[in-house]
Parts: sequence; structure tokens; C-alpha cells
Amino acid sequence: MSTFINSLPGATALGMIWGIMAIGVYLTYKILDIADLTVDGSICTGAVVCTVLVIGGMNVWLALIIAFLAGALAGLVTALFHTVMGIPPILAGILTQLMLWSINLKILGAANVALSARTYGVIITQLLVNKSLLILVAFLVVLIAGLYWFFGTEIGSSIRATGCNSRMSKAQGININITKIIGLMLSNGIVALSGALLCQYQGFADINMGRGAIVIGLAACIIGIALTNIIPKVGKNFAVRLVGVAIGGVVYYVVFQFVICLGIDTDLLKMLSALVVALFLGFPYVKKNFPIKQIKKFFSPKKKVEGGNKDA
Amino acid sequence: MLRLSNIYKTFNKGTINEKKALNGIDLELEDGDFVTVIGGNGAGKSTLMNIVAGTFAPDCGSVEIDGDDITLMSEHRRAKYLGRVFQDPIMGTAAGMQIIENLALANRRGKFRGLLPGIRKKEKEEYANLLKTLELGLESRLTTKVELLSGGQRQALTLLMATLKKPKLLLLDEHTAALDPKTAKKVLDLTNKVVLESNLTTLMITHNMNDAIAYGNRLIMLCDGRIIYDVKGEEKKNLTVQDLLKKFEQTTGEALVNDKMLLSNN
Repeated sequence: MSTFINSLPGATALGMIWGIMAIGVYLTYKILDIADLTVDGSICTGAVVCTVLVIGGMNVWLALIIAFLAGALAGLVTALFHTVMGIPPILAGILTQLMLWSINLKILGAANVALSARTYGVIITQLLVNKSLLILVAFLVVLIAGLYWFFGTEIGSSIRATGCNSRMSKAQGININITKIIGLMLSNGIVALSGALLCQYQGFADINMGRGAIVIGLAACIIGIALTNIIPKVGKNFAVRLVGVAIGGVVYYVVFQFVICLGIDTDLLKMLSALVVALFLGFPYVKKNFPIKQIKKFFSPKKKVEGGNKDA
Repeated sequence: MLRLSNIYKTFNKGTINEKKALNGIDLELEDGDFVTVIGGNGAGKSTLMNIVAGTFAPDCGSVEIDGDDITLMSEHRRAKYLGRVFQDPIMGTAAGMQIIENLALANRRGKFRGLLPGIRKKEKEEYANLLKTLELGLESRLTTKVELLSGGQRQALTLLMATLKKPKLLLLDEHTAALDPKTAKKVLDLTNKVVLESNLTTLMITHNMNDAIAYGNRLIMLCDGRIIYDVKGEEKKNLTVQDLLKKFEQTTGEALVNDKMLLSNN
């Protein structure tokens, strides 16, 4: 138990980094209504770009911006596969993700490169958890405020409309290809930014660090939505939702840490995460189609058949 | 105003499901024309509408609005000319967005959308006043999500959105077909009011022959992708449903049988 409590600050910091990533996923998954699998690659792209640039002597903040742009570029590729070539979005994302694996390897030059906080001027590191937590909170506040503003603008509204009803959007003169491109670029830029923070925090970039990222992102989104649904009135407000998603990332990592402390074989964790997400994604459908009435009827005691003039 | 010349459209060309939807449509609308379009199932009514709206391009022929050739213009670009209301009440609005957000989107049809606020403060009052004219009480529910509205309310809102920025042409694709008779009547009366007040050029598909006769100043009947009857002015005013049925039989040699049409002609 004490190991669990000791690991809480670290899990919270990791959770916030993944919370930033989940906010990126939320933009495509909930707002654009596209399940974008590019993120498994673009989070790693963010990490490798940032690592290589910082090791090369670049200012960390500049490296973060370039990592964001690299992710946005990955999003652009997926968006072009989808809008120009008509490839279904899920497949488009998978294609880009696979491309990114090679690209990330070429950028990093090795499967795993250390980014020591003792040598380089990183802004967050697990060696200084408390300071990192503060910086991450600041990141989240700025990010959420920025997105709240952006999705209230004319172009932001049309991105939301595209996800809601693409046919109506076209009838209202919105170029839904452009809105999808902007949405996917923004989303993957944010995901890459979280990757760039992650490599600094953990002190290395790894070519496989993005594997299953979409599942963690979705889990955080689902937890965030469930949490904010409890809040009356403002629960569905966009900014509240985004805060919820970030907290969802933290909850995910705290639970994750708890499960590790219980001594579960860590090789099984990815399977467990996927199963939990599958359960939550499937829950509304199963709930809707579950033949609860038939089952109730089957188990309830049979009523005596009434008869006589009255019922004739 | 609107000029369709020699429009042909075939679906699934060269397959067993080949369907010649439009077979040489020539149609010219004057400014302020309110044209009702009737015809049986598969007559080409919706295809005609979709070609004007740009959902797909015709195989040959041209579409012009006010002299501009828009045959190959993409759907979102020609939206600046068009106001549209769909048959399905779900189609015309963004369900997950607020009433006011939907109106604000519609108010920017044909304009560049940048980083200015999606809704400006003074717009609120303007929209509330417009919603008041619908007499549905929506003016007090500006921030309600559209998904909570009934079908009739949604169609009324869509109509308002379609005409918020005065379109050169209003396209109504059986926009009351999914509503109950009472609501349908209400939406149709509202449509008539809006069209006449703003003198909008309108193309309205309907399956109800009474409505086709009662509303508008011109009526066209489609069959097998051709215009088989085109009547306007006094002659149209004196039409009866019987005339229409007879006309259909004369031209095609078969009865205009369509459950939807028969059921709605009470």
C-alpha cells in the first residue's frame, strides 16, 4: 500500500501527460466523430522529434513547438488520405501510423535514445515530480483555455458542425474537407506535444512508446465524460469536458498504478486496458439491446389467466 | 434565375441496376417563382433537387443560377446561392449544437469563416426576434441543444436557417413528409409565409397533390425523369387533383398509383 501511495505523484504526472494526449483524441473522437488511429504514431513522433532536437542543443520550448508541428503534419497526411483519396478515416489513420513507425525510427536513429534530465535542460522530469506537476497543470490550463476559445470561433464552430452533421454543414456552405483537415492536424499536434512532454518526463524516447496510445486516450475520454456527466448543468460545457478528460487520464494512471501494486503481471496490462475500454464502449449498445423485459417475464411468476364476460 | 438545360443522370450505368433518373430536363425559373414538383416514386424529383444542390453532378447538361454556370461547382461553394430543407428533420440541423449556434452557422453561409467569435453578442437578440415569428416558444430556449426539439420544431428551425441569409433559390425536398398532418400544415403555412414575404424563388417537392395545387404559382409533374406537365398562373389555380390524375394517365398510359400520394389525398 505504501508503495502505491509513494507512486501517486508520479502516476498523477504521467496521467496528466496522457490527459493532454486524451484531449487530442477527444477532438477527433467526440467532436469530429472520427476514430483516428494516427495517434499511436504521432505521440511517438512528438517524442522522437523533441528528443533529437533537445540532444542537438535546441531550446526545449522551441523543440516542443516543432514537435507539435510534426504531429500536425502527421494529422495532415491522415486527413489527405481521407479527404482527397476517399480512404475511410480508420484505415487512413492506420496507414499513417505505419508510415510513422519508419519515419520515427529514421528520426531517432535507434530504437531507444536516452534524454537525461541531468545533461539536458528539460522542463519536466520524474526526478522533480512536484515541479513537473505544476508545469503540467499550467500546460493543461493554457491548452484547455485555448481550445475553448478556438472551438467558439467561426471556424471552430464549423468543425463542430462537421462532426455533428456533415450534410447540413455542406448545405450551410462549410467545406468539410477543410474542417476535417484542421481538426485532424490540431488533434495530432496536441498528441505529439504530449509525446514530447512524455519523453522529457521519463528521460528517453522509445520507438514503441505509442503502442496502444489510442486505447489509453479513449479510456481517459470515457472516464472524463462519465465524470463530467455527474456534474449538473455545466457538465456538458466544452471546457468542463476537457478538464474531465485530463482528469480521466490521471484516474487511468492511478488505477493503472494500483493494479501494478497489486502485483499483476505487467505483461497483461495492455490486454486488460483494451478489455476495459471495450466494455465501456460496448456498454451503451448492450444496455439498449439487452432483452431485459423478456428475462423479467421469464422469471416472473405466471399470472392466472382471467376470463368471464368482462374479458370476453 | 435558375436554368436547367438538357440534364441527364443515370445511376449504376452498365449494371443490372441501371436507373435513368433524369432524361433530358429543361426548366427555367423566373425570379420569385414558387414551383411545386410532384411525381411518383422514382420519377426523378429528388435527383433533380440534388443536381441543383450539387450533391452530385449531372452526366450532361448544365445548371445556371442568374447566369452563373454552377454545374460543376462543389456543394459547399454553391451553398451561398441556396437555402435547403430536407425531408428528414434530422438532416437540416446539427443536433448536438445549440439553437443559437445552428442559426449562427446558417448566418455565415457563403462567408469566410475565420477566428472571429462564432456568435456575436448582437446576434442573440436578432435570432430571438426571428424565432419569435415561428410562434413555437423557441426564443426562450436559445441555448437548448437541437436534439431536444421535435421534428416539427426542427423543420421550422431549418426553414429559418435556410432563409436567414436570403438565398437566391430555396430548395424544399418533401420537407413536411416526415411530420404528422397537423404539424405538416403548420410548417407548410410557415413556408408559404416566408416565401411570399421575401419573394423567394422556390422549388418544393411534395407528394401531396392538394398542397402542390394550393401552394405556389407553378406546378411541374415529373415522370421517368421527364417533365410531363408544366402549368402556371390562372390555369394552375383552377387545377383539381382529378385533373392531375387524368393528366398523368393521358401522358403515361398508366395510373399514378403511389400509396403515399393516395393516403395523403384526403
